[in-house]
Amino acid sequence: MKVIYVDNNATTRVAPEVLDAMLPYFSTYYGNPSSMHSFGGDVAGTINAARNSVAKLIGAQPEEIVFTSCGTESDGTAIRAAIESYPHKKHIVTSRVEHPAVKNLYETLSKKGYRATFVPVDRRGRLDIDYLYDSLSDETAIVSLMWGNNETGVIFPVEEISREVKSRGILFHTDAVQAVGKIPINVGETGVDMLSLSGHKFHSPKGIGALYIRKGTKFSPFMIGGHQERGRRGGTENTASIIGLGKAAELAAAHLAQNGYERISRMRDRLEQTLLDKIPNAMVNGDPANRLPNTTSVAFEYVEGEAILLMMNEHGICASSGSACTSGSLEPSHVLRAMGVPFTAAHGSIRFSLSRYNTEEEIDVILEKLPPVIARLRELSPFWKKAMEG
Amino acid sequence: MWEYTDKVKDHFLNPRNVGVLEGADGVGEVGSIACGDALTFYFKLDENGRIKDATFQTFGCASAIASSSALTEMVKGKTLEEARKITNEDIAEYLGGLPKEKMHCSVMGRDALEKAITCYLGEPEKKIDGEIVCECFGVTDREIERVVRENKLTTIEDVTDYVKAGGGCGNCHDRIQEIIDTILGTALPVKEKKPALTNLQKIKLIEESIEREINPTLKKDAGRLELIDVDGNRVLVRMGGTCASCAKSPITLKHYVESKLRELVSPEIVVEEVQ
Repeated sequence: MKVIYVDNNATTRVAPEVLDAMLPYFSTYYGNPSSMHSFGGDVAGTINAARNSVAKLIGAQPEEIVFTSCGTESDGTAIRAAIESYPHKKHIVTSRVEHPAVKNLYETLSKKGYRATFVPVDRRGRLDIDYLYDSLSDETAIVSLMWGNNETGVIFPVEEISREVKSRGILFHTDAVQAVGKIPINVGETGVDMLSLSGHKFHSPKGIGALYIRKGTKFSPFMIGGHQERGRRGGTENTASIIGLGKAAELAAAHLAQNGYERISRMRDRLEQTLLDKIPNAMVNGDPANRLPNTTSVAFEYVEGEAILLMMNEHGICASSGSACTSGSLEPSHVLRAMGVPFTAAHGSIRFSLSRYNTEEEIDVILEKLPPVIARLRELSPFWKKAMEG
Repeated sequence: MWEYTDKVKDHFLNPRNVGVLEGADGVGEVGSIACGDALTFYFKLDENGRIKDATFQTFGCASAIASSSALTEMVKGKTLEEARKITNEDIAEYLGGLPKEKMHCSVMGRDALEKAITCYLGEPEKKIDGEIVCECFGVTDREIERVVRENKLTTIEDVTDYVKAGGGCGNCHDRIQEIIDTILGTALPVKEKKPALTNLQKIKLIEESIEREINPTLKKDAGRLELIDVDGNRVLVRMGGTCASCAKSPITLKHYVESKLRELVSPEIVVEEVQ
């Protein structure tokens, strides 16, 4: 059975060009970039080329990029660096819809003497910006807000907010793991002090990420060790993956420059609109006017997400859900709950996230297979008939 | 991804005995949409008092659907007395096992069966036995005690897997731990009390807790709490925003606001609403 992969916010396929660029660094150029001999030392040069490509993708300077192992490491490094650099400030701010990498860290810190503010969002997932500004004080060490939401794709106005936060002398970090490579980003024009990105969300391998640290930002490393990354992250470089990340950044920049995301968002819109047309009691979660071009979260009322996913799995369709049952927790996604999506819909929400490798034919298959799955599960559900009879 | 047995997959993809059973002798409904799963179970008896036919309707994940389907197969041909002996473990076993986190699906099946039989026999619907411990999923201390004893559970997580208690806001974790400890015979001495606050400290702490903890949460539902006065341990408040007209606001007040203030300020706090 052919796999139809529409779960690209979870992870993506490594681009063939990326893999090709990486392979020699496993077997031929396996030297340590820190070595004195040129066999190793030459690798340092290619790492710096990769650094250039990553910097270019987000409008940064190469020396502002630190390679890490993943988005979670970047987020944790940024937030911990901020509170270590300003030890007298005991207030930290984020939103209610963050990825667990930020959310759970804030919850941990709030048990260790920090006061954490979780800024609410509205029904469409838009941030309550007044609430955010009202919460800030001289006590605030850092504001960390995601650029694009992983579940709904909703984009926060990070440019505007970061400038305001910075003007108040507070550090601003953004988890841009879902946004980098999907929308144009130019950190130079914002007030962003630190930005996290992750390679495997845009066609490089898992296990590589980066943290942008604006020149002049107070910083203390999370991984203390050797002089690598100018002392900002110890440990021998993951050379092959760094080369891969650099290549993926080049490809993403070219794709953005050619407006490649227009095709992806057209496919996304057709998928979304046709599902809404074909399936009664379905709705989109999140602000349609302000979303990542590849993401849609659709709620199907009166059915449960895990059951939908497993039935789609039978057709080779890979998506994900905001339901409780898939994650091992009992509450549906904290993102959908923060938005006030009712339980009748939250449990049956499915996220489709596309990439440049998806085709119109694949969308056709989903549109053919999914409506009968929903109809079948509604037949099983004790609520469907009752709801229809009013 | 969950590791489901082939039997679970089969009963999920090809569920047996789906739908409403016309002229059913007994019907049992459990669960709700808010909880994420719900089951309606129907049975009909033959002239010898054996279950001739059983059907179900389920809203829920694959294991909930499979457990319901399995249950309808298991009860066929049984007398009510025999059917009553089916435990949640029997349902799980019939399916070749369920992931631990999904055991509550089999518990739901057993509960629906029990309800349907009670309904048929015209026994008075059992009152909620004991005191509610988990507000999110409406689970009582008696239910938790039973499931801890029957399945030899030892952690809060286990309890959540089996009856869902503690899987929501988490406010009841201490109480669940107490129940487990009591049953395991390892009850711990009561926690040390926090140092006493002066009146001024207490009032400040109450104010801060409302502003920083309680109101941000209520704001999610467009509600708001206003502190009117503090008199000893009595905290007088007014509910505003949507809370003012919400039928559930007395519950929010007692179970959320009061328990939060007891946690953050003092265990003696009593919250009262002034109109």
